[in-house]
Amino acid sequence: MVQLLFFYFALVVIGLGLRIVTCKNPVHSVLLMLLLFFHMAGLYLLLNAEFLAAVQVIVYAGAILVLYLFVLFLVNLREEIKMSPFVQKGKWAGLVAALALLITFLRGVFNFTLGPHGQYTIEKVQQITHTKAMGEAIYTTYILPFEIAGLILLVAVIGGLALAKKEDKGA
Amino acid sequence: MADWQIDLIKVVFIWVWALLIAVVMTWVERRASAMMQDRLGPNRAGPFGLLQPLADGIKLFTKEDIIPERARKILFILGPPLFALPAFSAYAVVPFGDKIVLGGKEIILQVSDVNIGFLYVLALGAIGVYGMVIGGWASNSKYSILGGLRATAQLISYEVPMGLALLTIVLLYGTFSLREIVLQQQGTFLGFLPNWGFFKQPLGFIIFMVAAYAEANRVPFDLPECESELVTGYHTEYGSMRLGLYLFGEYVNMGTLAAITVSLFFGGWGLPYVDMSRFLGPVSYGIASFFVFFLKQAFFLFLFVWVRWTVPRFRYDQLMGLGWKALIPLGLINLFITALLVQLTT
Amino acid sequence: MIPGTYLPTEYLPILIMLLFATGFGVVTLWVGRFFRLRRPYAEKLIAYESGNPPSAPPRFRFSIKFYLIAILFVVFDVEAIFLYPWALVYDKIGIFAVVEMFLFIFLLLVGYAYAWRKEALEWER
Repeated sequence: MVQLLFFYFALVVIGLGLRIVTCKNPVHSVLLMLLLFFHMAGLYLLLNAEFLAAVQVIVYAGAILVLYLFVLFLVNLREEIKMSPFVQKGKWAGLVAALALLITFLRGVFNFTLGPHGQYTIEKVQQITHTKAMGEAIYTTYILPFEIAGLILLVAVIGGLALAKKEDKGA
Repeated sequence: MADWQIDLIKVVFIWVWALLIAVVMTWVERRASAMMQDRLGPNRAGPFGLLQPLADGIKLFTKEDIIPERARKILFILGPPLFALPAFSAYAVVPFGDKIVLGGKEIILQVSDVNIGFLYVLALGAIGVYGMVIGGWASNSKYSILGGLRATAQLISYEVPMGLALLTIVLLYGTFSLREIVLQQQGTFLGFLPNWGFFKQPLGFIIFMVAAYAEANRVPFDLPECESELVTGYHTEYGSMRLGLYLFGEYVNMGTLAAITVSLFFGGWGLPYVDMSRFLGPVSYGIASFFVFFLKQAFFLFLFVWVRWTVPRFRYDQLMGLGWKALIPLGLINLFITALLVQLTT
Repeated sequence: MIPGTYLPTEYLPILIMLLFATGFGVVTLWVGRFFRLRRPYAEKLIAYESGNPPSAPPRFRFSIKFYLIAILFVVFDVEAIFLYPWALVYDKIGIFAVVEMFLFIFLLLVGYAYAWRKEALEWER
């Protein structure tokens, strides 16, 4: 049953991913991506990572995709530009890159071995809930990466504003 | 009964309940508006016009279906269901009562008590944006596009203060699960106040309420559909049942927000000072707890109508200013104070 | 428990709910087909602009403000998401949690102050 669900989610994610990059209408792409994020959330649920599933929907579907949509609306002023799909330009270069990536992934998958069990076993995570387990890990052991993430967010704000908003000196 | 059968019954029950609330709310809204403006309101269909929602439903169902020629057809059709989907599934984590014993089995009156709790409602709320912005964009009309854009900007702006207000609740109760939060709100606080989130987090409650009105697109924040500027905003070009789904979804959203407010700040199904489970049987206790919850929810639903005819509409710059320059700093300050208080008291 | 055998059963009712909601939208629109008229003519199908023929194409230039708000929202949203698990484990970590979050929020406030300074939060009246 778990396997079946996993294959359903995985296949849909892959299928939708392909459809998104080959879709001619960018707004349709965004909507398909919305569906894709929901399936990703399903995958996280199967991994017992419910907080990540919620974050996947809240941040990716609720925030980042809205930003994409705004960018599209900002660019497509008059008529929706029928973009030629990515696949047609530089077809061969893309194919080679994709193949290289695939080989890297496959090597990774085949060389995969289970490491030693950490402090958080599945039973423990289920008992104290995933969010708490994650919180404990982030805010004690991984405090430095967390603060660095804060710094990156700061850079994102300043970068975005500096690019989008020119100082109007004359006015 | 197997577990999945119970689940199914609960889903159907809460579904019918959500629909009924939305239907009755359309009537309440019109009658209460009329009352406040000293007129009669709909009074022809049935006693007190109670059958008016039914008449409206039949009208919407039989109206001609118009898809404007300039509209993007697929997206235009997709808009309303996309709006209705999150609205209709958000009720899943709302605890609409404590528990009931049926056939020797204890059943929690909540569709599913998942660990992520109200994060699920937040996630679905964030998805609600797409129905509006896609509908507005696909209509390809000036009013619709501007309405859709305004709706999106407003919704995302007020999600931040709402999140900050919810964080203080998490700090206090240490859980996301709405059922747990309600359970922790029973009893009294400082000896005489009910142990409600409202008394422990008054500022958080105000921030949450303002954000909730903005999220529901209600007056004073109904800028996406203000009829005097934008006709009706993002659903200007919609008619028949497509429009019906948008309007219906809005009323269901109001019901959800009222239910969440009750669960987070007003003790959910519990009565203050009285422990109903002590003198009521297991079945009647379940029904009574649902009834108490419903009364509280009904009050907040009525408040939506009341506020609508009391407060004038904001201007758009005021709306954004309030969200970004007042509520966010206020929310952060409130978060700090709460964090320090929790630190000092534990 | 063996990895890969966990089935999140408590999410089953939520799945049912989502399916119900999707079904509701589709079915009401589909059933309505049999009751609705469809007699379109050109005037009926033009975009509504208070009865006048539509002037100028609808895809006008809209303010870059909307885009800025979206960027700010993404950042604040991620920020809030980081705060949720923090609030949940707050009582376990103690005073250290206050300090580390103070630092994190301070970084955010720098960005917020910058946005305010740049007048990204101002809207024309």
